[in-house]
Amino acid sequence: MASPISAGSSGTRKIAIMIAGRIGLAFVTLFLVSLIVFAISDLLPGDAAQEALGQSATPAQVAALRHEMGLDRPAHVRFGGWITGLAGGDAGTSLVANMPVGEIISQRLPNSLLLAAFTALVSVPLALSIGIASAMNRGGRLDRALNIATLSMVALPEFLVATLAVLIFSVHLRWLPSISMVPEDAGWGEMFQSFAMPVGALTVVVVAQMARMTRAAVVDQLDRPYVEMALLKGLSRRAIIVSHVLPNAVGPIVNAMALSMSYLLGGAIIVETIFNYPGLASLMVNAVTSRDMPLLQACAMIFCSVYLLLMLIADVVAILANPRLRTA
Amino acid sequence: MTPVSALRWTRRLPLSGRVGLFFVLFWALAALVGPLLAPYPIGAFVDQNVFSGASGQFLLGTDYLGRDVLSRVLLAARYTIGLGTGAALLACLCGTGLALTAVVSPAWLDELLSRFMDTLISIPSKILALVMVAAFGSSLWLLLLIAGITYIPGNYRIARALAVNLNQLDFVAVARARGEGRFYIAVREILPNMIHPLLTDLGLRFVFIVLLLSALSFLGLGVQPPAADLGSLVRENISGIAEGAPALIVPALAIATLTVGVNLLIDALPRGGRRG
Repeated sequence: MASPISAGSSGTRKIAIMIAGRIGLAFVTLFLVSLIVFAISDLLPGDAAQEALGQSATPAQVAALRHEMGLDRPAHVRFGGWITGLAGGDAGTSLVANMPVGEIISQRLPNSLLLAAFTALVSVPLALSIGIASAMNRGGRLDRALNIATLSMVALPEFLVATLAVLIFSVHLRWLPSISMVPEDAGWGEMFQSFAMPVGALTVVVVAQMARMTRAAVVDQLDRPYVEMALLKGLSRRAIIVSHVLPNAVGPIVNAMALSMSYLLGGAIIVETIFNYPGLASLMVNAVTSRDMPLLQACAMIFCSVYLLLMLIADVVAILANPRLRTA
Repeated sequence: MTPVSALRWTRRLPLSGRVGLFFVLFWALAALVGPLLAPYPIGAFVDQNVFSGASGQFLLGTDYLGRDVLSRVLLAARYTIGLGTGAALLACLCGTGLALTAVVSPAWLDELLSRFMDTLISIPSKILALVMVAAFGSSLWLLLLIAGITYIPGNYRIARALAVNLNQLDFVAVARARGEGRFYIAVREILPNMIHPLLTDLGLRFVFIVLLLSALSFLGLGVQPPAADLGSLVRENISGIAEGAPALIVPALAIATLTVGVNLLIDALPRGGRRG
């Protein structure tokens, strides 16, 4: 893929404007998302003060606590306070742990990022190979077999994958621990042991979707006239794929990767919980169980931001990869 | 569809589609009549041993409290499939209804609805569902509503894309020139022509919703005891993992065969809907 900068200044400027537009739009969407998250979790039934004090509390006690928690202020004022706090890195105080939400999250976030990074490291090459192999044999036996396999994997519940993994690797083979801790000073061997199963389970969740989208991106290129041209001038299939199709498919493939990485978010919720992994997703599940709204809102906003960031990356890559936009 | 043409239609499906159809019919039947066939009362403690394996007395063994797994799976399947079907119908009826409204309405309403749906779709579905469960709770009706609402935007997006294309075709222009009202155009002209892709989408929504609800139940945030769906069964028997108890494996496999079956069937259906 040629660098967009070589395309001349007017094209570059046009691309810069488009990308800036997408970034702006992402921020607008993030603001609207925060409005929805706040509206659902804060305006609607259930009063945190009443909840905290229980049924036996007198109205005066409830009113006092409501005042202390700021619940007696009008909703738009609370939303304003919450969103400016979030933007400034102050997400309020956890109702259950009585600690700043930011502090709790900063302990968990690196663990989740580490898990996501390892999963990406394993699943991206795997998905690429499956997708490209499938596209190269389009309509063939391998393609059909991979189609059925990935189609089935997409529909598997994450907890089945994780449970079977525990059953096989911890219970029967006794190779791996069933609980994933991250010790402070772990060696590579221990690191591998504690990450193998969560990463493996998450990979199964993500890789099928990723491979299907990769195949679609490559197949889309195979239908273009330039492939027919290359075929007619006598190139082998392998040469066509490697030197003609792949360079053109890089954009759509990266786009597909970014989109399917978003499946990681949903998968992480189950996988982190099963393996007791101290990450952000299991923190969020705990926040739901204990109805710890400030913590829940902050976690939800982090997940939504990551999701929007992935969508934005996919969008920007699609713009950069479109040759018509590059030379315009 | 007569039995003969149904059989012919089945024969035209590829093998994967027939496997899918088999699982779909199997689970539909299990949800409808299964609980009548349950060998033991649902909540009864029938065995002294917990997590016993399959035997002549208990075909699928017993669970963590010594209850019959087969009976519980049959009832749980009814919850899972009932909730999944209800929520998928809700998502598709609302999504398609709103999409049709948007397409035949003035541009500002279309714009407003579409932007709102775009915002909702930018919230990962599990996150949205978790926030709603935390706020509202998780009674059966709430779960149905929450799962349905979570998947309205996805259906809306697909239905709107289909409807916008149809809206530009000549037969709609003719109807408009005839002076037909918006409701007539949406329901009598546009809707019948997009029903096949919408049915496919209904199937996909069903799969997503079953996975979502099972995941919620697995986390202990979905269907609450004494009621139990397949996800709850996996959760409550998770301690049987060391024995590899059927009580744990069977409900997990039940969900997988259901969702994979629907997926395989949808994939094998002829594109464009030539089904008479």
